[in-house]
Amino acid sequence: MNFITRIREARFWPMLWKEFIQMRRDRLTLLMMTGLPAIQLVLFGYAIQTDVRHLKTVVLDESRTAESRALVAVMTNTGSFDLVGAVADRTALRDAIESGVASAALVIPPDYERNIKRGRTAEAQIIVDAADPQSSSSAISGAQLAALARGATIVAERYRAPPPIDMRVRPWYNPEQRSAVFIVPGVIGILLTITMILITSTAIVRERERGTLEQLIVTPIGKPSLMLGKLVPFVLVGYVQMTVVMALGKLIFRIPTVGSIPLLYLLTVPFIVGSLGVGLLISTIARNQVQAMQFSFFFMLPNILLSGYVFPRVAMPLPAQWIGLLLPLTFYLNILRGILLKGIGIGQLWRPTLALTVFAVVLFVVSVRRFSKTIE
Amino acid sequence: MPSAPPAEAVVTEGLRKVFQGGLVAVDHLDLTIHRGEVFGLLGPNGSGKTTTIRMLCGLLMPTAGRAAVVGHDVEREPELIRTKIGYMSQRYGLYDDLTVYENLRFYATVYGLHGRLRAERLEKHMDEIGLSSMRTQLAGTLSGGWKQRLALACATAHEPEMLFLDEPTAGVDPAARRAFWKSIYELAAHGTTILVTTHYMDEAERCQRLAFLSRGHLIGLGTVQEILAQFKQPTIEDVFIELQRRDEGAAA
Repeated sequence: MNFITRIREARFWPMLWKEFIQMRRDRLTLLMMTGLPAIQLVLFGYAIQTDVRHLKTVVLDESRTAESRALVAVMTNTGSFDLVGAVADRTALRDAIESGVASAALVIPPDYERNIKRGRTAEAQIIVDAADPQSSSSAISGAQLAALARGATIVAERYRAPPPIDMRVRPWYNPEQRSAVFIVPGVIGILLTITMILITSTAIVRERERGTLEQLIVTPIGKPSLMLGKLVPFVLVGYVQMTVVMALGKLIFRIPTVGSIPLLYLLTVPFIVGSLGVGLLISTIARNQVQAMQFSFFFMLPNILLSGYVFPRVAMPLPAQWIGLLLPLTFYLNILRGILLKGIGIGQLWRPTLALTVFAVVLFVVSVRRFSKTIE
Repeated sequence: MPSAPPAEAVVTEGLRKVFQGGLVAVDHLDLTIHRGEVFGLLGPNGSGKTTTIRMLCGLLMPTAGRAAVVGHDVEREPELIRTKIGYMSQRYGLYDDLTVYENLRFYATVYGLHGRLRAERLEKHMDEIGLSSMRTQLAGTLSGGWKQRLALACATAHEPEMLFLDEPTAGVDPAARRAFWKSIYELAAHGTTILVTTHYMDEAERCQRLAFLSRGHLIGLGTVQEILAQFKQPTIEDVFIELQRRDEGAAA
């Protein structure tokens, strides 16, 4: 038998063929593989915005002067405040915020322009609905910065001198500070985790539950073909999901893809292998599909919370950061964001790559050993 | 050069299986099954029938003793055995979400059938078992009897030398059981050796030779006539109950 015939007649192919048919017919799996990417993208790309902009703002302008109008213009130019109307007095202002018509109010007292002209400190006030500190913090700091800048301009005009300090902030890699740019690359990592762990482990447990695994072991298929035929389809699905998310991310959310995509695909290998190891491990522990699903979610929860997918790791208490270091996703997110957003290469990414490779080897070897034992 | 086929399909000597926790499932089993025989393995639940079959198929490793299936040692050459045997368990091992044809095609390919040979063999099998009209039906939607036929077809698509059937007729109606046994005899007529376990005594009487197992060891062996004469009982069912009573009495 020549080499080509041997490859063509390898017992791995019927496994692959069967697996794809089953995947296509299983609605839940299909939904998880196609629906989840879509939902995750929309949820985390659109809905979850950690940067809150465009707070609806009312103005109580008791000064009604050129200077007060200039201040309103400066505030709206920050992009944090959207003017939705003017109010006549403090009662109307309180009404507007309490009823939710506005979540911020700009108050300019009657003596605002007079104070500026006389060289005294003019006061103005921004009231922000800060019940949710996360959503108000960027508006608050934006307002402070805008006021400082306006003050500097006034001083410079008065003394006909350039401002003493001109600090220019350059937010690299995500100049518009959009959270989608931060989140969407992470969606790839979360999806691969779901496919490799949840879907793979339930697929294997299903074979055991229904007695088809036992039937397969009696056939001459052999362990390597059995395992490869079972795992490779999910790897292919993972790469397709990844490509789709990247394409949609670029089209819909204008996610930059600065770095080398082939490098990203390559460095995804250890992440996939490690995750498959976890999936395989779960399949040897779980007695039925429900258990496999529960174990998978149990593993995925810390991945979503502690890996730096949504919440920045630097903001976490130290023990949470240490737990994060035990999750392959933490390192894979570094690689994803590093390549896609920063365009860095293996020279800067060798640490997360090394960590992922260690995870992959350990997890896969351990789980393949365990799995082999269970099919003897 | 192909070696001459051994005269015996199964030979076991002192076969023993002890599970973790110390349960002795099979003990000192000496058994010989001739080529082309329809051999019945009887015994109550937990008597070691399934464990024996699983050891002969290479699903379980023996703790002690030797077993050879179609001329190959189960511990040293399990891969060779797997290409030459078929196995059908009470769970059938069918993929519910594949069609009748896809199930057949999958198992045939796993057993190394390809191209025209596979296509011809599959058509022949679908005709023989009367499943041609159901080829695109999902296996999960078949009734018990049809599932059983499909499982048999899947286990025999590669025309194995020996077929292991572990309670193949549990839970199917009498008509389906009769049809099933007709297929068994046809396979045997073509030279396939068959080892079958069952709880139905009418099925036991259809076997050429029988072995009775109780609590892991062999307590009776021979043709139906020999066994009836040996134990002076009118039917196999009476023998079964009597042997089990004696064995349990001996243990007490």
